[in-house]
Amino acid sequence: MSTATLTPTPTGSAPAKAPADEGRIGLRGNLRHISALARRNLLQIKKDPESMFDVLLMPIVFTLLFVYVFGGSVGGSMGGGRQEYLNYLVPGLMAMMGMNIASAVGTGVNDDFRKGVMDRFRTMPIARSSVLIAKIVVELGRMLVATFILLCMGFALGMELGTSVLGLLAAIALSATFSAAIMWIFILLGLTMKTAQAVQGTGFLVLMPLQFGSSIFAPPQTMPGWLQTFTDYNPLSNLADAVRGLMMGGPVADSVWMTLGWVVVITAVTAPLAVAKFRRKT
Amino acid sequence: MGPMTRIDKKSRRGGTAVEVRGLVKHYGETKALDGVDLDVREGTVLGVLGPNGAGKTTLVRILSTLVIPDAGHAVVAGFDVVRQPRQLRRTIGLTGQYASVDEKLSGWENLYMIGRLLDLPRKSARARADELLERFSLTEAARRPAMDYSGGMRRRLDLAASMIGSPSVLYLDEPTTGLDPRTRNEVWDEVRRMVAEGATVLLTTQYMEEAEQLADELTVIDKGKIIARGGVDELKAKVGGRTLHIRPSDPGQLAAMAQAIREAGLDGTAGAQAVPDEGLLYVPILSDEQLTAVIGLLGTRGFSLAHVATALPSLDEVFLAITGEKSSHTTDTTPEEVAA
Repeated sequence: MSTATLTPTPTGSAPAKAPADEGRIGLRGNLRHISALARRNLLQIKKDPESMFDVLLMPIVFTLLFVYVFGGSVGGSMGGGRQEYLNYLVPGLMAMMGMNIASAVGTGVNDDFRKGVMDRFRTMPIARSSVLIAKIVVELGRMLVATFILLCMGFALGMELGTSVLGLLAAIALSATFSAAIMWIFILLGLTMKTAQAVQGTGFLVLMPLQFGSSIFAPPQTMPGWLQTFTDYNPLSNLADAVRGLMMGGPVADSVWMTLGWVVVITAVTAPLAVAKFRRKT
Repeated sequence: MGPMTRIDKKSRRGGTAVEVRGLVKHYGETKALDGVDLDVREGTVLGVLGPNGAGKTTLVRILSTLVIPDAGHAVVAGFDVVRQPRQLRRTIGLTGQYASVDEKLSGWENLYMIGRLLDLPRKSARARADELLERFSLTEAARRPAMDYSGGMRRRLDLAASMIGSPSVLYLDEPTTGLDPRTRNEVWDEVRRMVAEGATVLLTTQYMEEAEQLADELTVIDKGKIIARGGVDELKAKVGGRTLHIRPSDPGQLAAMAQAIREAGLDGTAGAQAVPDEGLLYVPILSDEQLTAVIGLLGTRGFSLAHVATALPSLDEVFLAITGEKSSHTTDTTPEEVAA
């Protein structure tokens, strides 16, 4: 009964079967993983339809609120009326909603981490970034739904497109691109902060001044000088101006380039940080 | 089922599936792992036995590439856990204490997703999901969200999820903690089946019984250090399959009784231990015959007994037998081979 050997002595260290870079996942593999994970996020939405309320209601509520509460007076001071303000507001709201939806990514990522399923993903042979990218893809889909509803609202209330459908599509693409960049910031926040509530609170505190201290809701010309300086440098102003130009006409080159510049800078800084943080997180 | 079959079974199987050397992990001041060495041979089950906070989970997390160790190295299925995590992830499966499935998704959706993430074609992923749900008796619950599952169903789904890629090395981190006895038995059956199919298993547990049921070899860990290791039979010989609790009528006779048993040279009862604080004598026993022999011996020597009971060893008793101390105040224990 006690003849079995004691502590087994190692039978020599097991040979490494492959060099360190083997096992890298190709592009097709990555796309397959991202689509499987995006499917998961879509299924989650399907099972929890309430999670779409923000996307469905935000464009309706914001459009009605701003057009009918501020439309008369702001539009008036712009030398037009409610109609003039509608044309000004809808492009701004398109920019704003991208931000609000981006901030939801942070709480989602934070939530995921308190659940065991993230451990499963992280022990699987998939690129760790694919979990995050799938999340971004699905959130962009949500953003497009919100944009669609916003445009329906706008057109229903009498918004007139000053350019072409091509301009409109370019505007949507630009705000989606910017939104994707901002999502990396919120993913980083979501990975850093302890609770989903903290992420939400912080997101709100950061977004509020950025959104209102911009050209989203009102032209900055009537704001005091210090605030105008702020709005000038606020990337959301660049985005709102660019979207407005692409939809309604007017000069767009500066604001589009500025926006794309922000996209590159924000992504280049926060995406690697977020992926690194994701890798290290235990 | 004697020792010979045991050795045969081992020698038939191949090399080392898990090799851990000098593994260290600190969390601030806490040494979660303080120089751990261990080996798991291919096709066998190593039980890692230890109390909460002993470092079991940290060990599993390092071996499954979730945590980077501060020092030491580990090779699993031929891949270094730090330098070749991507290759390693293809060969391992992990089932933790907390089910790692998406609670909003149904059982089937979870398994299909994992199949796709493991690069199975759609058709195979579907077939594999069906097959594993069937095997783990979850077919009926396949379409329900995992959050509606009972604890046992969730654990089974988690095991099924770990099996999709047919991993050659499986980590089970306290797979039955918090489960009722019936569900626990189901999980045990599944683990045995996986091993029968050739998987190597590293199992952590707080329960001596679980280790005894499943493990070929045992490693006892406390405060990040290995304090004993050996075959289950060897550890049992030291700790006892069960422990006989004897309360003498006269507590003053405890030491004399312990000595009498030790000197009698009964197989395995050398670990007899008198604990004057409790007025109890603990004697590890391996069989009913031994139990009878011990009681008979004490009777012939003229000791008077007030109370006798047997119990499967608790983790504390395992520690008591190994270190002579309770696990909760174990300090400065040095690694010790289990005497055969």
